[in-house]
Amino acid sequence: MNFIVQGYPAYAYGGGRAFDPALPAIVFLHGAALDHSAWQWQSRYFAHHGYSVLAADLPGHGRSPGTPRESVEAMADWVAALVEAACVERAHLVGHSLGALVALDTALRHPARVATLALLGIAVPMAVGEAFLAAAKDDSPAAFDMQATWGHARHASLAASAVPGLSQSGASRQLVARAHPGVQHADLAACHAYAPDPRSLAGLAAPTLVLAGERDQMTPWKAGEALAARIPGARFRTVRAGHAMASEAPQAVLRELRGHLAAGPAEP
Amino acid sequence: MAHSGPKPPHPDTLAVHAGQSPDPATGARAVPIYQTASYVLPDTDTAAALFNLELPGHVYSRLSNPTVAVFEERMAALEGGVGAIATASGQAALHLAIATLMGRGGHIVSSASLYGGSHNLLHYTLPRFGIETTFVPSRDLDAWRRAIRPETRLVFGETVGNPSVDVLDIPALAGIAAEHRIPLLVDATVTTPYLGRSLDMGAHLVLHSATKFLSGHGVVIGGVLVDGGRFDWDASGKFPTLTEPYEGFHGMVFSEESAVSAFLLRARREGLRDFGACMAAMTAFQVLQGLETLHLRMPRHVASTATLVDFLARHEAVARVHHPDAATHPDHALARRLYPGGCSAILSFELKGGREAGRKFIEALSLFSHLANIGDAKSLVIHPASTTHFRMDEAALAAAGIGPGTVRLSIGLEHPDDLAEDLSRALRASQK
Repeated sequence: MNFIVQGYPAYAYGGGRAFDPALPAIVFLHGAALDHSAWQWQSRYFAHHGYSVLAADLPGHGRSPGTPRESVEAMADWVAALVEAACVERAHLVGHSLGALVALDTALRHPARVATLALLGIAVPMAVGEAFLAAAKDDSPAAFDMQATWGHARHASLAASAVPGLSQSGASRQLVARAHPGVQHADLAACHAYAPDPRSLAGLAAPTLVLAGERDQMTPWKAGEALAARIPGARFRTVRAGHAMASEAPQAVLRELRGHLAAGPAEP
Repeated sequence: MAHSGPKPPHPDTLAVHAGQSPDPATGARAVPIYQTASYVLPDTDTAAALFNLELPGHVYSRLSNPTVAVFEERMAALEGGVGAIATASGQAALHLAIATLMGRGGHIVSSASLYGGSHNLLHYTLPRFGIETTFVPSRDLDAWRRAIRPETRLVFGETVGNPSVDVLDIPALAGIAAEHRIPLLVDATVTTPYLGRSLDMGAHLVLHSATKFLSGHGVVIGGVLVDGGRFDWDASGKFPTLTEPYEGFHGMVFSEESAVSAFLLRARREGLRDFGACMAAMTAFQVLQGLETLHLRMPRHVASTATLVDFLARHEAVARVHHPDAATHPDHALARRLYPGGCSAILSFELKGGREAGRKFIEALSLFSHLANIGDAKSLVIHPASTTHFRMDEAALAAAGIGPGTVRLSIGLEHPDDLAEDLSRALRASQK
């Protein structure tokens, strides 16, 4: 469905249901150079289980036009504006990788807009290797290969897929390859540059789940564990998957998110 | 600046492993044969979620099956695609691709050099359902361009034509298809992903008869359709089956659900569901048994073929040999460029003495089996004009590169010296 956010058109997938502002809202935020389909399973499930869902395409991604925002902070402002545009007071934020940084920063900058936080495949800081950034800057297919290969558990292409008949790494690679030129680099650079005030994390009030992939090659689970330790009351959980856990282990991720959301939002 | 990404596993490794984890229930290392029609649904809510595509998983083996899924994912990995759908036959794969992309009023531009079964479907059967095909000479790129109409929805050809052994210029055709915002589908049965990856050359979709080299032993009938995930259905604007709400599945817009797997979603949720030409679990297991040695078999197939092409070209009873390994073949340079490791274990040749010599030749062979198939471990021979292509008139036969005396060989895994001896004896008999 389409919204006007910060004066420009924006798209968010509703999980096959019309958006009902009366229901609790979940905003799903995808990783670098991806789109809403990264949340294909979780978004459709929650849309049919009592929630209104916005699986957003960040500006310049998927069906949202424009160019990518250049910083995590600017993306966070956009997410807060999306929540406002959807006519809801606040939303549960579920983010992965870049999307997890954006969700975290939305909670820091716009706490009134955030009910709970689920941060998947996250590290703060999220340093991106020089070779990866350089390849992405040139829109090199090598950068697509890096994201597809490192973005999944090692040898994911040799393992059975959670989705019958679908190649997880193949689909992920093509999604990145279809992104507009420059998008992957802009996203990776934003991840690399993000450095929130370390003291601010201690002030986070939203109930937070940090979910890590035990076989994550990009943001090792220990980084997630370390972040969770810095957020008051945050729960740290792992699933047996690589970085792209939402598609590698959709059922396990769904279970964790259901448990997290069932715990309910913080009292205003 | 040159960038170097991580190296994916080699095709040899993919052929043995891709798509399979040790069985989670038993630890079985070999691919288990999940010989079941259906799957227990743990509760009503999960059942509803599985049926509504809120959760991935198996509900009924016409839609998906764990053994079949291993084959699909292995083929997706070998071809470099985003996913695959296994079908009851190669013909079913072709039909599934077409039925997913178009309905009444649709038009296909196809190479005239086709397997007879594919020609039957396109020329005789699909017009009854309102889908027309224009056949063009595979090497005439201008003819391909001229044949494309506003209602054209697919460009189709075989990577290496059967039995004429002409080589499809996939990069050039992909460019023509892209100019018109329509996809290029290729039948790569003869080449397999081992000899060349059609998607890397520019094709958008690729299909196989798994009956042939993929399974490799002539024991099953099966097919597979792989999507490269690169075609932009929304930007094309010509494929409402993928970009507009489908009432047959809760108003789902497949390209909205997933830009890269929209085609496969519709093909599985409509095509497999409604037409039902799915692959059986036992078939998938048998194809996988063959696939695990694809990288060992294909080099031997093409090496023996090269030996026999040379042998036949020098034989006095042979008027002409059709195979790109022959320097005189019009596609020799193209084949070297697209398939540097060899392009086909299929060859055809014209016997001196026409149809009668052909009859004597086939009946005098003893190692070569006279039957309608290709891509077996055993060497095969057939006379296309009277069998696989017998419904074609003389003009269509000529367009497909088939003369009344054309003999097609599929070179198997026997020792090439024994095959040459068998051919030599039969060639002598044909001239008596």
